[in-house]
Amino acid sequence: MTRHPHLWSDIRDGIRDVAAPGIAAIPIGLLFGAVAAGKGLSAAEVTLMSALVFAGGAQFAAIEIWSTPVPVAALAFSTLLINLRHVLMSASLARKVAFGRGARLLGFAVMADENWALAERRALRAPVSFAYWGGMGLVFWLNWVFWSALGAVIGAAMGPPERFGADFAFTALFIGLIATFVTGRGTLLVIAASGITAALVHRFIGAPWHVAAGAIAGIAAAYLAAPREDAP
Amino acid sequence: MSLDGATLAAILAMALITYATRTAGLALAGRLALAGRAKAAFEAIPPAVLTAVIAPTALATGWPETLAAAITALAATRLPLLATIALGVAAVVGLRAVMA
Repeated sequence: MTRHPHLWSDIRDGIRDVAAPGIAAIPIGLLFGAVAAGKGLSAAEVTLMSALVFAGGAQFAAIEIWSTPVPVAALAFSTLLINLRHVLMSASLARKVAFGRGARLLGFAVMADENWALAERRALRAPVSFAYWGGMGLVFWLNWVFWSALGAVIGAAMGPPERFGADFAFTALFIGLIATFVTGRGTLLVIAASGITAALVHRFIGAPWHVAAGAIAGIAAAYLAAPREDAP
Repeated sequence: MSLDGATLAAILAMALITYATRTAGLALAGRLALAGRAKAAFEAIPPAVLTAVIAPTALATGWPETLAAAITALAATRLPLLATIALGVAAVVGLRAVMA
């Protein structure tokens, strides 16, 4: 049997590191639950989505395009587009974790932007153990599920979210997240191409096609703006 | 407590796709060598997708929302995420009250 001399200190480190993002996720979770409840999802459905999907950006986007009848294919496609970044994130982190295949298949189920970034930072000075990653991930996951469930329960009692501007909070959250990806004029071009295309498609074709159309326009802009590599 | 069939199907589809993206990188690790235009295109995915999602609200709902989005974008360059969200929400509430 493998011995883990740093088991408890690694778990403690993980929980300590994830405390700040966990606190930041409280109002976002409450808001998600409230906005989802406002779109007609039950508290059970909100809790199930947060527990199984556990991806704030994709969940807010899903609620934005949620309608009746439920557009399952559009929701799945939107989720795929928004979470494609996970492929790069997990590819990068997989090279830095000190645990095996089975533990990876379990542990990477709770990878989010925040705990991924913390693990990448820790990997600069120490191997990322399953105790560190798992403790951090479990706390962050429970936190998200709890606060979004509570938001669904008390959100229904609060009435329409427009009264508090809560319907705009996730737009503001996304603007804040987009800002973290801005690295130069290239990113601004991507944002302009995506935003203008999405707004036009939403106006003249309708939801949810604006998500795919805007995303493709932004990605195409980045591809075309990047310097053409010379043949080797 | 109620669960709708189509809602459940959507949640399960979202969950399976998200899990697939989280574990796909495990197989790719060490094999992914993006360069040049392909790398630029891949790196553009998060901002392109996030922008597309909020563009109708930010650009084509009304002046209060568009102005509040601009204020939020300015705040995002200077303030932490939570403060940015708080300012954006306060801006839209104030602008809706003034411009209604």
